[in-house]
Amino acid sequence: MTATRNDQRGEVAVRPANQSGAVANPARTRLLGGFLWGIAGVALIALIWEGYKFFGPDNGVLIGELRVLPRTTDLAMPHLWDMMTRLAEPVTRADGALPLWAVVALAALMTLGIAAAGWAVGVIVGVAFALLMQRWRLAEFGLLPWIVISQTVPLIAFAPIVKSWGSRVEIGSFEWQDWMSVALIASYLAFFPITVGALKGLQSPDRIHVELFDTYAAGYWPTLVRLRLPAAVPYLLPALRLGAANAVIGAVVAEVSTGLQGGIGRLLIQFAGQASGDPSKAWGPIFGAIVLGLVAAGSVALLGIILKDYRRTEEAA
Amino acid sequence: MSDQIPTTTPAAETMTGAAGAEAAVEVRGLNKQFQTASGVVHALEGIDLTVEAGEFVSLIGPSGCGKSTLMRLIADLDVPTSGELTVFGKTATQARLDQDYGIAFQQAGLLPWRTVAANVALPLELHGVASAARRTRVADLLEMVGLTEFADRFPDQLSGGMQQRVAIARSLAEQPRLLLMDEPFGALDEMTREKMQTDLVRIAADTGAAVVFVTHSIPEAVFLSDRVVVMSPRPGRISDIIPMRLDAADGREERDDDLREASSFFEMVTEVREALHGGASDAENPAPRAARGVDTR
Ligand SMILES: Nc1ncnc2c1ncn2[C@@H]1O[C@H](COP(=O)(O)OP(=O)(O)O)[C@@H](O)[C@H]1O
Ligand SMILES: [Mg+2]
Repeated sequence: MTATRNDQRGEVAVRPANQSGAVANPARTRLLGGFLWGIAGVALIALIWEGYKFFGPDNGVLIGELRVLPRTTDLAMPHLWDMMTRLAEPVTRADGALPLWAVVALAALMTLGIAAAGWAVGVIVGVAFALLMQRWRLAEFGLLPWIVISQTVPLIAFAPIVKSWGSRVEIGSFEWQDWMSVALIASYLAFFPITVGALKGLQSPDRIHVELFDTYAAGYWPTLVRLRLPAAVPYLLPALRLGAANAVIGAVVAEVSTGLQGGIGRLLIQFAGQASGDPSKAWGPIFGAIVLGLVAAGSVALLGIILKDYRRTEEAA
Repeated sequence: MSDQIPTTTPAAETMTGAAGAEAAVEVRGLNKQFQTASGVVHALEGIDLTVEAGEFVSLIGPSGCGKSTLMRLIADLDVPTSGELTVFGKTATQARLDQDYGIAFQQAGLLPWRTVAANVALPLELHGVASAARRTRVADLLEMVGLTEFADRFPDQLSGGMQQRVAIARSLAEQPRLLLMDEPFGALDEMTREKMQTDLVRIAADTGAAVVFVTHSIPEAVFLSDRVVVMSPRPGRISDIIPMRLDAADGREERDDDLREASSFFEMVTEVREALHGGASDAENPAPRAARGVDTR
C-alpha cells in the first residue's frame, strides 16, 4: 500500500491504451449499418412501386371523384427497369446524341456549381451576421427579427424580377450573368439556417471557458479563434447541411422560374413535357436531382469527418 | 474572538500586512453583494486578509460562505461592491492583464477539442511563447502531474481526476507568482489527492508562488497551508485565521507524507475543526454560524 502510494495514481476510470481503436469500431459499424439501412429503404420503395403497379387497378384508386393513388399505366408509372434502360439510351434520336444519363449528369453538375456558389455566399453572409450579433447584443436585437422576417418573403416568387434587376448590373468589365440570379436566390435560402446555427454556436461556450480566457487577458480575436469558433462547430455542421439542402432546392426552383438553360431544373420541365411520348425519360432528371441532393449533403458530412475533433464533449464518455 | 490565540486576530493580521513589502494579495474592508430576484445576497462582508508573497493560505468554511466569490474577486472575474483589493500592489484588473496569477477552478474546464498537451499549452500559445519552448514546458508540466503518456489524448478520454490534473498543469504553465485554486482536488480520489497535495507543496516551494487555496477538507488545509482562513456564511466573513505550527513546517519542502501522521498535524486539525464549529457558540458573534457542509476527513 505505502509502496504504491506515490506511483500508482489509483484511477479506475483510466481507459486502456487500445481504447481509440475500440471507439472507432462502433463508429464504423454504425456507418455500415446506416449504409445497409439506406439500401434496404431504396429496395423497399422499389418493391412498393412495382408491387402497386402490378396489383393496383389501371385507373388508380378513387374515392368518389378523387384519385388517391395514381394510375398504374406505363405512362404514369413506368417500370423501374424501363427508367434504368432509358438512362443508358441516347437522349434524342439525333446522330451523336449523348446518352440520357450524361445529359442529366452535366445538367446536375451545373446546378451543383450554382448551388455551391449560393451556399458559399450564404455561409459568408450567415457567419458574418452571426459574428455581428454575437459581438453586439444590440445587433442581435436589431437584426434577428429582420433576418427571420426575410425568410417569410418568397424570393423565388420574385425570381424573374431578380433576374431582370441583375441584367442591369454592369460594373466595368463585370457583367451580371443569369446564373448569378439563381445563385443569389440559392444563397438567400441558405444563409438563414447558417446564421441561426452559427449564432447559437458562437454563444455556446460555457462560462467557465469564457472566464478562463478572461483570466488569460485574451482579447476578442484570440477568444474567437481559439474558443468561440471551435465551440461553434457542432452547431455549425447541421446548419451547413441544412443550408446546402436549401441551396440545392433554391437553385433548382430558381432555374425553373428564371428559365435558366442548362441546369437540372430546366431539364425537369423540358422532359416532363415530353412524358406522353417518352414517360421513362422524364424520370432521368428526377433521379439526377436526388443524386444532386445526396452529393450536397454528403460533401457537408465529409466536412464533419474532417472536423471530428471539434465535435467532442468535455465529459468523459 | 480568538483572544486565546493572539497571533490569529485580524488586528495582528492587518499589522503584518501593513508592514510587509509587497503582499501577493491585500484585502481591506471588502464587501460583495449580489442583487438577485429574491433580494440582496451579502456574499462577503468586511473581509481583511493579507497573503504574503510565497505564502500558502487556505480558505475553509461551509458552502455558501463566499470562498469562491473571494477567489473570483482576486482573479478580477467579478468586482467588489466596496473595499480595497490589491494583487502585488496593483489593482486586480492590472494583475490579471499582467498575468500575475494562474487559476484552477473546481471543474477542470478543459477545451474538449484540444488534446491534453494542447490544453496545457493554451496559455503559452495565447501569450506568444515560441513553439519549441512551449513543447518543452508542456512536457515538463505533464511529467510533473504524471500524464506524460496521455499527452495526445482528448479530455473525454480521461477520468475526472486526470482532467483536473491537466487543469492544474495548465494553471502552472506560466510559473505565476500567485496561484488561485478553488477546490481543485475535489474530484480526485483519496490517493491521487494526497499525491497532488504533496506535489503542490513542492511546486509552491520550488517556484516561491503564493497560493490561495479553497478547500472543504480540514486535513488538506492543514497539510498544505501556512495559515488557514476559517470563514462563516450569511454574510460571508472571516471568523478566524490560524497559523499552522507544524513540526516540519520550518521548510515547507519538508512536508511529506510522514507529516500526515505527526501529532502536531492532528493538533492543528483539531484546532481548525474547533474554529469551524465553535463559531456558532461564540458570544461575540451572535449571528448564527452553521458549519455544516464542511467535510472533516
Ligand atoms: N453570481 C451570483 N449571483 C448571486 N448570488 C451569488 C452569485 N455568486 C455567488 N452568490 C451567492 O454568494 C454566496 C457565496 O457563494 P460562493 O462564493 O460560491 O460560496 P462558496 O464557494 O463558499 O461555497 C452564496 O450565497 C451564493 O448563493
Ligand atoms: Mg465554491
